[in-house]
Amino acid sequence: MKGSTLIKIASQSILKNKMRTMLTMLGIVIGVGAVIVMVAIGQGAQSQIQEQINTLGTNMIVVTPGSSRQGGVSRGAQSYNRLTIKDSEKIKRESLFVSAVSPVVFSRTQVIGGQGNWRTTINGVSTDYQIIRNWDMKYGRFFDQSELRQMRRVMVLGHTVAENLFPDEDPVGLTVQVRNVPVEIIGVLEPKGQTASGNDQDDVVFAPYTTVQTRLSGWSRIFQILASTPSSRDIPAAQEEIRAIMRESHGISRFAEDGFTVRNQNDLAEAEQGTTEVMTLLLAAIASISLLVGGIGIMNIMLVSVTERTREIGIRMAIGARGRDVLTQFLVESIVMSVLGGLIGIGIGFAGSSILSQLTGWNTVTSPTTIMIALAFSAGVGIFFGFYPARKAAALNPIEALRHE
Amino acid sequence: MEHDIVMRTQGLTKVYTMGKTEVHALQGIDLTIDRGEMIAIVGASGSGKSTLMNIIGCLDYPTSGTYYLDGVHLENLSRNELADIRNSKIGFVFQGFNLLSRTTALENVELPLLYDRSKRKIAIRKTAEEALERVGLGDRMDHEPNELSGGQQQRVAIARALVTNPSILLADEPTGNLDSKTSVEVLTLFQELHSQGMTVLLITHESDVAHCTQRIIELRDGKIIHDKHIQQEMADMTTSTEAPASLDPDLDS
Repeated sequence: MKGSTLIKIASQSILKNKMRTMLTMLGIVIGVGAVIVMVAIGQGAQSQIQEQINTLGTNMIVVTPGSSRQGGVSRGAQSYNRLTIKDSEKIKRESLFVSAVSPVVFSRTQVIGGQGNWRTTINGVSTDYQIIRNWDMKYGRFFDQSELRQMRRVMVLGHTVAENLFPDEDPVGLTVQVRNVPVEIIGVLEPKGQTASGNDQDDVVFAPYTTVQTRLSGWSRIFQILASTPSSRDIPAAQEEIRAIMRESHGISRFAEDGFTVRNQNDLAEAEQGTTEVMTLLLAAIASISLLVGGIGIMNIMLVSVTERTREIGIRMAIGARGRDVLTQFLVESIVMSVLGGLIGIGIGFAGSSILSQLTGWNTVTSPTTIMIALAFSAGVGIFFGFYPARKAAALNPIEALRHE
Repeated sequence: MEHDIVMRTQGLTKVYTMGKTEVHALQGIDLTIDRGEMIAIVGASGSGKSTLMNIIGCLDYPTSGTYYLDGVHLENLSRNELADIRNSKIGFVFQGFNLLSRTTALENVELPLLYDRSKRKIAIRKTAEEALERVGLGDRMDHEPNELSGGQQQRVAIARALVTNPSILLADEPTGNLDSKTSVEVLTLFQELHSQGMTVLLITHESDVAHCTQRIIELRDGKIIHDKHIQQEMADMTTSTEAPASLDPDLDS
């Protein structure tokens, strides 16, 4: 029998029982719709995190003190090597792949000025920092090399700090007090928003690391060194290179551990990505249960249908249908039902996700891959749950089937 | 006329095992049918005629014996091969018509052609239309069974049996569900087909029906007890039904 004939016959017998078909399909519709909405929510969360990761910077590499060994016994904080300005300078000088390097010095402190005061983090960085973080200016400018060399008391405000101290105002040229030292504001950065873990990236101020180390804190330790490469392809090579330079700079013997860690921004993000992936899977798994229930509904109806149509099966066999013809007919019927239900479910899933994201403000992502998977899944459900009833139909004895009332 | 054997059975037996008891439904049937014959198989219920019809119709396997049908020996054939034989060589007409409901007459008649595996080129629609015209239902093709009278439904069933041009037409109590007037029409149709060369095998318990054939085979307890050829004149009569002669046998409604 030709495929088109099969589908025609299947559609005819499905249409003979419209109400029942609709109710049976509803199970698949809800199942597929639920899977699509759930996956859309999960992928939405993932894409949001990806966006936040991208705000960290472009092709960023982070060097931190301390061992990152995952297996075995770590010697903990004792095993770390301090990072120094020399490390940062050596990387900048010797690395072939790295194009920008900045040490980072942190200090929590009160900034006084404008409308009052604000507790925030002062980051002492180099001029390359703006390149590494790919961070544009809202007002003014970033500090330059000569200001860095001369340890000038200049400062660039993060957006949150500027909003709190100088609401609706361009503060460039004004002065704030940090630890009783007057510092001139030379610029305000564009907002970057929150990190994936909810930290406000804009609640920060930047000053030359030289200034921070000597004038704004008694604290001269370097917490991390940031670097970036011109292209993401260079990141692995750059990481290896930085590692080699660091080992040489600290005179680490061949078999000793690094005592510092070189990671790229994707490593940093991996943990959070992993969490949302698990969440997406979990949501999809829960939604799949309804698809399973829908499949059982199809199986149930197909079994009823085989019993009801025993005589029809007998007639078809008497006029020459092989067992396989009958099997295919019933299988096609259940596949047509489940795929049709799947298509409607996809439509409802899409509508549902967009309504949901409008109502809740959640980010939802519906991709062609989801559609393909959902379609394949519903066809699979049709085959899986239709096979047993179809086989039962095909195995009927024609004589008994013909006698069936 | 040269004898052209269309079907022959030798020593056909069928034993049903029900628990510990064995039922010998057929006990050695030797039957030869020539092409173009019109035959009635008669017998009381339990005589084995349904079993014989199922085996002749390739719906069932004999327990022993040989069966030859139009060039093919049917021992040891698989289920699929039997299905193909049913499709190409046998046309079934049932007592209860057995048409697919909510399916038009034309689609019902097309059905056997959809299962055709001989790979010959058939114009399915055209062949089915011709078969319906042959049974006088050219104007009822788009009607579904519930829109047709019993006689018309049986004629659709006959068209469906004819459409593959089978070697033998097997009719199991074809008039059992029809009133006497319509029975006459249907039997007349069988006689017409017979006169056009079709081999027709009627299974019946009504002697009236049996007497419109040329040859009557009587079964009892799984054996053939009579096999008699009837005079030609008698066979041509449309039986001695009680239907008043004044009624128009062509009435459809």
